[in-house]
Amino acid sequence: MSATLLEVADLRVRLRTPRGPAEVVNGLSYTVGRGETVAVVGESGSGKSVSVLALLGLLPARLATVTGSARLDGEDLLTMSPERLRQVRGPGVGMVFQDPMTSLNPVLTIGRQLVEGIRAHGEVSKAAARERAAGLLAEVGLPDPRRALDRYPHELSGGMRQRVVIAIALANNPSLLIADEATTALDVTVQAQILDLVAGLQSEHGTGVIWITHDLGVVAGIADRVLVMYGGRCVEDGTVDDVLERPAHPYTRGLLGALPDLASSDDGELATVPGVPPAPTDLPPGCVFWPRCPVRSDPRCATEQPPLAVVGASDGALPHRAATWCEEGSPR
Amino acid sequence: MGVSVIVFGLVQLVPGDPIRLALGTRFDQETYDALLARSGLDQPLVTQYFSWAGRALTGDLGVSFRSGETVTSLIAERLPATLTLAFASILVALLIAVPLGTLSALRPRSVVDRVATVLSQIGISVPEFWMAIVLILVFAGTLGWLPSGGYVPLTEDPAGWAQRLLMPAVVTGVVSGSVITRFVRSSVLEALGADHVRTAQAKGLPGRQVFTWHVLRNALLPLVTVTGVQLAYLLSGVVVVEIVFAWPGLGQLALQAVQSRDYPVLQGAILLFAVVFLLINLVVDLLYTAIDPRIRR
Repeated sequence: MSATLLEVADLRVRLRTPRGPAEVVNGLSYTVGRGETVAVVGESGSGKSVSVLALLGLLPARLATVTGSARLDGEDLLTMSPERLRQVRGPGVGMVFQDPMTSLNPVLTIGRQLVEGIRAHGEVSKAAARERAAGLLAEVGLPDPRRALDRYPHELSGGMRQRVVIAIALANNPSLLIADEATTALDVTVQAQILDLVAGLQSEHGTGVIWITHDLGVVAGIADRVLVMYGGRCVEDGTVDDVLERPAHPYTRGLLGALPDLASSDDGELATVPGVPPAPTDLPPGCVFWPRCPVRSDPRCATEQPPLAVVGASDGALPHRAATWCEEGSPR
Repeated sequence: MGVSVIVFGLVQLVPGDPIRLALGTRFDQETYDALLARSGLDQPLVTQYFSWAGRALTGDLGVSFRSGETVTSLIAERLPATLTLAFASILVALLIAVPLGTLSALRPRSVVDRVATVLSQIGISVPEFWMAIVLILVFAGTLGWLPSGGYVPLTEDPAGWAQRLLMPAVVTGVVSGSVITRFVRSSVLEALGADHVRTAQAKGLPGRQVFTWHVLRNALLPLVTVTGVQLAYLLSGVVVVEIVFAWPGLGQLALQAVQSRDYPVLQGAILLFAVVFLLINLVVDLLYTAIDPRIRR
């Protein structure tokens, strides 16, 4: 891929909880290139959302301690001044949130919510900002965008609202778009439209995209690279082909095994990964996946966290890495 | 309708015979009977109710047993004083509650928050008459800054009006303000945690704009409701304060009416309180449609 847009290094997030400090993100490192789509997958509670909220300083400062670095075009998001961070939110990084039902302000019109975002980043007249807002709504495929400006969120369906949320995120032509489960709440046809929309904008503007999801179908469809998160760590990353075709980590294999296969003839039960993810307040001493791992082939599994290491040959320019003690090529 | 039946019924439950009270200790049976017939109290209760309710519908609430003035004119005379006090109190209440509640919500469990919690707890628990007496002792007695009570219309003496209004408004305002502070704190806290606030931040809006339009604006909705409830309470429930400060309002009128078994005045006053309550609720509902687009169609 082309030049690096975002470089996250050793990102750690610790949250204060009633049950003690929780290590929600434990040393996450990845990069996103211009025009590249990185999918972040993992179960609920694996630290996906927290890791991106931390990038934009959107975690409550009283509760969260964020360390590491996240350079957007060379500038560290985690240490910049609040005013500079405000300037970056919008034109630098646009963010689409998970739940379209709650991520818009119910008492302000759609137009207002778009216009205020546009006007926060430059001297734009109200009329011009409204014009641009209508253009954005048309771009995300909202029918009758001009009338939609004067509507309130509750007057729109979930799919329409999510388009509005996307329009807000795109309002300042961000160089990086972060979509946190942006299509999870939508039905499949709407989801497909939105994926197309983002892909279109991406090829047009060269936007880098971080797409957080637990839908592996979406991953296969849009991602260039995949990052699998578990227990606040990256347990496997690589090109979409490497990770989906030749998964190296037992957890990734479990995830893929849990996909229903419509083509397969056996009508047996869906495979599941038994157990639940570890509580971030109480992580296991060894491999984070050890308590649920069906393999446990190495004595170090229970005692030592495996590093992210290159596994096997990769067909792309990117290394395929996994954090596991499992031997390469062990049976699936 | 339902309200009027309850008002009428409750008043009938007040013990004591108004005619006897009006006549004093020495009277003959003939005068008593004549008065009874003239006041209509010899009729069956149902008849009394319908004749009262019928006249009330046309705005005629009857004539005071005691002074012979019409109830409507008595009420009209007292209404401005009570309205003044109620609105001044709610103003004091909001001036206390909105900043204090907001500050507490912005820094939960901070010193400010704890102090605000303790203060509002004190404000809710301290009896109004006690606070009123302490204020009178300090500001009218020891310091001599303010008159201890009474009322002059605004048009006659604006300075005197303000001076006399200050203490009663502060007493009732502090009580209502304490209640409202709690509500402001919780609704601002709730609004702060809403998902759309994060969306607003992610847009890169300046902090103040996020706070005004995405936190306060949304926290306003529950505030309107409590303020309405408190205002209704103030309009009808300031009896104690009106008496301590010799404020010639409806509360005082109602109390005097109870003491002299002046049924028409008492019924009129209570009916008015009920109507005011309904009216305020109506206004709150209308305000809601103005500020919450989800309610209007």
